[in-house]
Amino acid sequence: MSAFRGAPVALRPGAGVLRRSETLEVLGRACRLRRTQLGLALFGLIAAIAIFGPLLAPKSSTAFVAIPYSPPSGAAPFGTDALGRDVLSRFLAGGHTLLLDSLLAAIVGVGGGALVGLAAAYGRGALDTVLMRISDVLLAFPQIVLVLLAVSTVGPKASLIILMVGLSHLPRTARVIRGAALEVVERDFVKAAEACGERRWRILTADLLPNVSGPLLVEAGLRFTYSIALIAAIAFLGFGPQPPSPDWGLMINENRIGITAQPWAVVLPIIAIALLTVGANLATDGIARTVSGIDRGSR
Amino acid sequence: MSAVAAAVHDLRVELVASGADVVDEINFELASGEVLGIVGESASGKTTVAQALLGYARRGARIARGQVCIGELDLLSCNLEQLRDVRGGVVAYIPQDPVAALSPALRIGAQLDDVLQRHAPQTAPAERRTRILETLEEVSLPAQESFLARYPHQLSGGQLQRIAIAMAFAPRPRVIVADEPTTGLDVTTQAHVLETIQQLARAHGAALLYVSHDLAVVAGLADRVAVMYAGRIVEQGSREQIFHAPRHPYTAALLRAAPRFGDAGTLAGIPGWAPAPGLRPAGCAFAPRCRFADETCRASAPAPDLAPGAHAVRCFHASETVALMHERPEPAPPVELSSIGEAALSMRGIVASYGETTVVHGVDLDVAGAECVALVGESGSGKTTLARCAVGLHSQFDGSVTLSGIALARGARQRTAEQRRRLQYIFQSPYASLNPRRSIGRALTRQVRLYFPVGAGEAQRRTFELLERVSLPAATAARHPGELSGGECQRVAIARALAARPAVLVCDEITSSLDVSVQAAIVNLLQQLRAEEELSLLFVTHNLALVRSIADRVAVLSAGRVVELGPTAQVFQRPQDAYTRQLIANTPVLEEDVQLGVRMHG
Amino acid sequence: MTRLLASRLAWGVFTLVLVAVIVFLATQALPGDAASAILGSSATPQRLAALRAQLHLDEPVLGQFWHWFSGLVQGHFGTSLAARRPVSDVLGTRMLNTLTLVVVSAVVGLPLALWLGVRSAVKRDRVFDHVVSVGTLTLAALPEFVVGIALILLLATQVLHLLPAVSLLQPGVPAWEQPKALVLPAATLVLAVVPYVARIVRGSMIDVLEEEYVQMARLKGLSERVVVLRYALPNAIAPAIQACALSLAYMTGGVVVVEYVFQYNGIGAALVEAVDNRDVPVVQAIVLLIGAVYVLLNILADVATVLVTPKLRTQLRRARRPAVEPSLATELPR
Repeated sequence: MSAFRGAPVALRPGAGVLRRSETLEVLGRACRLRRTQLGLALFGLIAAIAIFGPLLAPKSSTAFVAIPYSPPSGAAPFGTDALGRDVLSRFLAGGHTLLLDSLLAAIVGVGGGALVGLAAAYGRGALDTVLMRISDVLLAFPQIVLVLLAVSTVGPKASLIILMVGLSHLPRTARVIRGAALEVVERDFVKAAEACGERRWRILTADLLPNVSGPLLVEAGLRFTYSIALIAAIAFLGFGPQPPSPDWGLMINENRIGITAQPWAVVLPIIAIALLTVGANLATDGIARTVSGIDRGSR
Repeated sequence: MSAVAAAVHDLRVELVASGADVVDEINFELASGEVLGIVGESASGKTTVAQALLGYARRGARIARGQVCIGELDLLSCNLEQLRDVRGGVVAYIPQDPVAALSPALRIGAQLDDVLQRHAPQTAPAERRTRILETLEEVSLPAQESFLARYPHQLSGGQLQRIAIAMAFAPRPRVIVADEPTTGLDVTTQAHVLETIQQLARAHGAALLYVSHDLAVVAGLADRVAVMYAGRIVEQGSREQIFHAPRHPYTAALLRAAPRFGDAGTLAGIPGWAPAPGLRPAGCAFAPRCRFADETCRASAPAPDLAPGAHAVRCFHASETVALMHERPEPAPPVELSSIGEAALSMRGIVASYGETTVVHGVDLDVAGAECVALVGESGSGKTTLARCAVGLHSQFDGSVTLSGIALARGARQRTAEQRRRLQYIFQSPYASLNPRRSIGRALTRQVRLYFPVGAGEAQRRTFELLERVSLPAATAARHPGELSGGECQRVAIARALAARPAVLVCDEITSSLDVSVQAAIVNLLQQLRAEEELSLLFVTHNLALVRSIADRVAVLSAGRVVELGPTAQVFQRPQDAYTRQLIANTPVLEEDVQLGVRMHG
Repeated sequence: MTRLLASRLAWGVFTLVLVAVIVFLATQALPGDAASAILGSSATPQRLAALRAQLHLDEPVLGQFWHWFSGLVQGHFGTSLAARRPVSDVLGTRMLNTLTLVVVSAVVGLPLALWLGVRSAVKRDRVFDHVVSVGTLTLAALPEFVVGIALILLLATQVLHLLPAVSLLQPGVPAWEQPKALVLPAATLVLAVVPYVARIVRGSMIDVLEEEYVQMARLKGLSERVVVLRYALPNAIAPAIQACALSLAYMTGGVVVVEYVFQYNGIGAALVEAVDNRDVPVVQAIVLLIGAVYVLLNILADVATVLVTPKLRTQLRRARRPAVEPSLATELPR
């Protein structure tokens, strides 16, 4: 496209104008907001612990260190857990499963949801009705219940949980994207493409998708946040990683009986999960504000 | 003249965020019983001035300086409670869009009663009821309890505007501010609404401030006129002064750009567009579009200059403006109707419907090669549906559409690529019809390669060629639609249609969202292209006056039927059908003596 | 109105049947079969065969579904594999306990959320709005079990000792007569739901306040009280209804974790137990129950929306088909 670069035309600036890559533009603008910065900082801190923690853990996450529920000491800076293992080492080793699984679940849910939503909006008629009825039915299950239903029969497998969390996001994302895409489908440039006989998949990818990228970005952030919360909750209920895994959710579950004697084994992972979700949500809100700001500007 | 009802002195409204001026140095007086028209294009600040008369600035803007006096009271030094006594009671507002201005959750009667209860608190409920029913009668609505029990969505646009008028007049205010109250209405309804407002203002001795973009409406209504441009009143004077002897180049250019009934000549557009708040140039804001502009104009803003008869103007070149009025626009290039008789596009017995509602009842229409046929009708007449049937965007119809003698399938997708190529469609809203995420260059090359098996280089070459054809600089290719003005976007839309090298172009209300000065330029462009490329045009519009300047033949559509079809001049001079006559009678026109150049002075 | 109700009910029944199909099919994914899952690897072939017959596992899938489904319609949810008692017996009081918890949370939470939402919208971009915005944003992100355990740490163990850390209910006494046990679980649910509803209400209220009819009401000289309460609020109520219904439906999922955290004896904790024990009939019953609550709330919300929206209400009198889409707001909670 470099051929089209040249002397600037008399511009009408001021309107919210988006250039080449809308996604990068939105992220760039969002990063100028304080809440996005704070959110990313919080999220980044915990994510760093989750990713690099296993390398930094002073002890094995399964080794017996001192008697159960020992208070903090030189050997175990945050004491020991219900089975006498080092809380700090387990905390450092236990975050990456949550982070990775949540990311995969969000990809499944948002990817699938976007596809279904766009197809429903553009296909209209029978396709729309069928897809939306199916999603109505799936919506009747609260997300955690849908996951538990699957776990009750197949058992606590990581891949199943990722898939089911993703599936539980799917109808929700699909509805949002369908709503956004329906507005776009109604616009004249889609009709213009129709009248010109443009191929359908091209209309879908070149006309519809770029025009719902704002809501899609927000959905991705939101679904990632919710994935973390949901997968942590499932682990907390005991249906995620199984002992002796140091997973944060499981860690809270294993040690909550001793919360009065030695709170650190609960407090550390609780704070980590809280900061992770709050950070992700703050950053998402920053993106959402940017997107709606741009939409308002260009109207 | 009677007492001054309202006086605005040195008013400035600015944006809170940037401090940029929305309007500035606004001065005018409004006498009791007088009608002052404020004319301006979009973003000229006319609505801001209108609302300031109620001491109100919209969210994000604030009144920064000046005085707004209603009688003895300066609104800008009032507290909120005093302001509320004035708003609706002493100064009433008639909004642009009555559908949006009435709460959908409250009955009509309740919304009317709220105003009276607020501004005449001592009256008993029964008394208020009587007064409301009287007011309904005054605005020619059924004065019935059952009518008052309705919700806004149960009434038509015209009825809602009458409700809004009733709401304004019910508390007997001294000043009425009407903000483009007829914009969304058909000419027939518009004529009735205008008459009602005028009558009521006269009957109650209220001063009327009438804001509009439509020169013809203001010409038929106002005693005095103020012309606004870029947040300033650039010219102010009596109706005769403004329309017969304008002193500001902008006023003169605006008059030359307005389509007229009695004149088939070319419209003269104004290059460029009006700058928005915050983007206005130093010096005279009109300078970039003004042919008289020189260094002085660009360096300093002209102060108001008062001529005899209180005819004020802000221009260093006021004396030269007359020359502009003497000039006659070039006549339209003659179009050779080489192939008359042979229809390029032919529609036979079209019956179109949405679901179970039939909106077009058996229409026959032909467009010959290089001919321009205007399809004129009010909203709901089925004109857009008919146009969309032609291009295959609406496929629920019976009847036949043929292109150069070949019958076309109903839906665009069922037609061959060649058929689609030869029949192109341009939409009403320029912004909506271009993908906001795609650069102009990509949109045009895409279109070229959709129809012609050419390489990327050739497609790009044609893209630049197309931009040139519609008088846009080549650099436009790198821009996105949001960066362009409405007129530029519509040029791009035309270029996109031309990319297909079509035989027939269907233009659906393509100028109705543009300012008059820009509209004229677009119409000229179409005329020129038609002459050069032997294009056939189906020009769909509600604007009867515009048709005069562009069409060879006119088809008048009413309730899904063609009621009159004939050569343009004949339809205008000797309309056969009663509906056409009514349409012509109700269309506000610049008076015949407000003529240009030769006819006026010669 | 009857026509609307009928069509909504038909949609509800249809959805519920599909929910039942999904629940049934999910349990078919069991590796091996239910009988071997229940009895474990030490089971004798005779006992396996007997249990299969009892569970109709030797019939084809369609037959099994029919057995199960026809039982459902007659109110038989089957027999709990763990408790060896009818499912309805096992869940009876627990349902009541959960209902108590949800109703208490809703009665406290929804008015609070409405008030917060409307007030933040009216005070838009002022301090109140910013505080509520940050607060709701933070709370909306937190998983319930994090909130629950944080409350335990703050109010029941480490910092203060005001309330019991676990909400063990005395059997035989209705839950609402044991308020101390209710406080923390209800507080957790309230904190989980308020942010969502408050944000929706704020958003729809802000949209309405930007409408021209609100500006017009101001230009008529009406007082701000009248403008907000009479012109704005009635037009913002429909999204609020949908948000409330959704948040109630959401609570039925939220109780699963909350009840587990506080060891509150309701169907949420029962679901966790049943999943742990692979007690398929109990899982099926609870999931269906939750689905039914969702469907019911949905219908109620749609009917309420029509009742508060004059345009929909009057169209109903004339048109044959209801104008409402049989679906909820676009943005859904977890």
